[in-house]
Amino acid sequence: MNVSGLLGYFATFAIAAGAYSIASLGLNVQFGYTGLYNFGIAAFFATGAYVEGIITGGPSMEHLGGFDLPVLVGVIAAMVVSAILAYIIGIPTLRLKGEFLGISSLGIAETIRLIITNEKWLAGGVWGLGDIPRPLGNLVGPKTYNWVYLGLVLAVVGIIYFLVQKIVKSPWGRVLKAIREDEGVAAAMGKNVYKYKMQSLILGSVIMAVGGAFYAHYVGYLSPESFRPLMGTFIIWAMLMAGGKGNNKGAILGAFVVWGVWTFTEFFVNYLPSGLASRAGYINAIFIAILFQVLIRIRPQGILGGE
Amino acid sequence: MASSLKVEGLTKCFGGLVALDNCSMAVQEGTITGLIGPNGAGKTTLFNVITGFYTPEKGRILYNGEAIEALPPHEVFRKGIVRTFQVSRELKNMTVFENLKLVPEAQPGEAFWNAWFRPITVKDHEEKIGRRAEEVMDYIDLARLKDEKARNLSGGQKKLLELGRTMMADPELILLDEPGAGINPTLMKKLSNYIMNLKEEQGITFMLIEHDMDLVMKLCDPIVVLSNGKKLMEGTAAEVQKDEEVLDAYLGR
Repeated sequence: MNVSGLLGYFATFAIAAGAYSIASLGLNVQFGYTGLYNFGIAAFFATGAYVEGIITGGPSMEHLGGFDLPVLVGVIAAMVVSAILAYIIGIPTLRLKGEFLGISSLGIAETIRLIITNEKWLAGGVWGLGDIPRPLGNLVGPKTYNWVYLGLVLAVVGIIYFLVQKIVKSPWGRVLKAIREDEGVAAAMGKNVYKYKMQSLILGSVIMAVGGAFYAHYVGYLSPESFRPLMGTFIIWAMLMAGGKGNNKGAILGAFVVWGVWTFTEFFVNYLPSGLASRAGYINAIFIAILFQVLIRIRPQGILGGE
Repeated sequence: MASSLKVEGLTKCFGGLVALDNCSMAVQEGTITGLIGPNGAGKTTLFNVITGFYTPEKGRILYNGEAIEALPPHEVFRKGIVRTFQVSRELKNMTVFENLKLVPEAQPGEAFWNAWFRPITVKDHEEKIGRRAEEVMDYIDLARLKDEKARNLSGGQKKLLELGRTMMADPELILLDEPGAGINPTLMKKLSNYIMNLKEEQGITFMLIEHDMDLVMKLCDPIVVLSNGKKLMEGTAAEVQKDEEVLDAYLGR
């Protein structure tokens, strides 16, 4: 592979890592700062991606939407829909102890994936949702386009990082941390724990949906298969834990590291003998597992550590 | 700051265990009411029920004439009742300073949009709270540990931090659950002076669970003795010390 090919490969890699790091920042609000176990990231990531695809995509007879609206409208719609979804999930689960949110969010994410898979009118079902445009696509030629989109994604990552950093350092963030440390104390000190957990769940989910929206433009075509628990939820957990929960820089760094290991090993499994090639996905997962074994041994708090 | 607390026929069970058994008592405004009794008498359970951590099976809690037995903990706090915990519950991965700054009510920065849209208001309020927290830290001898994670404090220092939190609130009634346990004699003296001062100068009412009889006898009037989830008797230090039943159940002869 020549240099420009490698660079192009890097741009694609960084776009995906950028989209994932947005989701990882969202999880950091929920888990890193508030201690909420959201195992249904895929639900919000998929919601963001599909809403974006439906709002900004070209007209289609096959499924809902194709409204051909601007990217910003799509992102705002993705945020609104995911906020509503988070609110609905939060009502029954946030009054209960942590594990209940974990189990029910996992279940809800799978339910949403199956709805997308089976309701063809909604988003094309197993055929997927294609024809998702490239934002700012008319500015440059297809060869350099990835760099423009990478710039856009990184700008969004930067803005979200700045906004999240600002609020977790505020008294609001202090209440979240208090809830993470000891809910009872937070309540005894007059904080409405349920309200703050709800705010944290919604805010984090909205951020995840933004990540999903930018992921949609990156892939250009959405299939429900991309939002299975492994790729939709657990890889994002892996990113946050690797980078350092409770650390926004760590959330971003972790996304790049884990996605780096994932794609880098994918590179090699391409050269595997054909007998093993069909198991490439599993071999990939083994490398992530090895990364985790190493981290747990030498740096359990994640690369950058939490606060 | 008027405050009076009345507990009427309170019953709280854990499975087959009756922790509070039709318990009635009152805390008069402006008193330091001591709560003593043998282990398992229901003292801490009473605190937990008053502060909304447990819902009683039966009975009422009236605070200034208002029923509060069904309120969740954060609303009880907003009524002006603040508590400490028997086993310190410091926020481990937060600094001493953060532990204290968390407490004050109605902080503008506790709404997340204010951190984005009204940063100056938030900053001003933070400075105000920060100054108060500095004073509290000076008072409880934790000033030099300001930026230390609370998990690293000693047992006694954690107790002091519990107390510091009540000082950050604007309470009418403070429930102290064994504030003296693990605190050295010098600080203990300071602590009792502090409680006295708050009572005299600010009219704050106290309810105090403590096994250190010197502290109880010195500070508390009246003293309520709990036994088996019920009030055994109530009286002044002298009366309690002479009571036959109390001597049998708790103080010993």
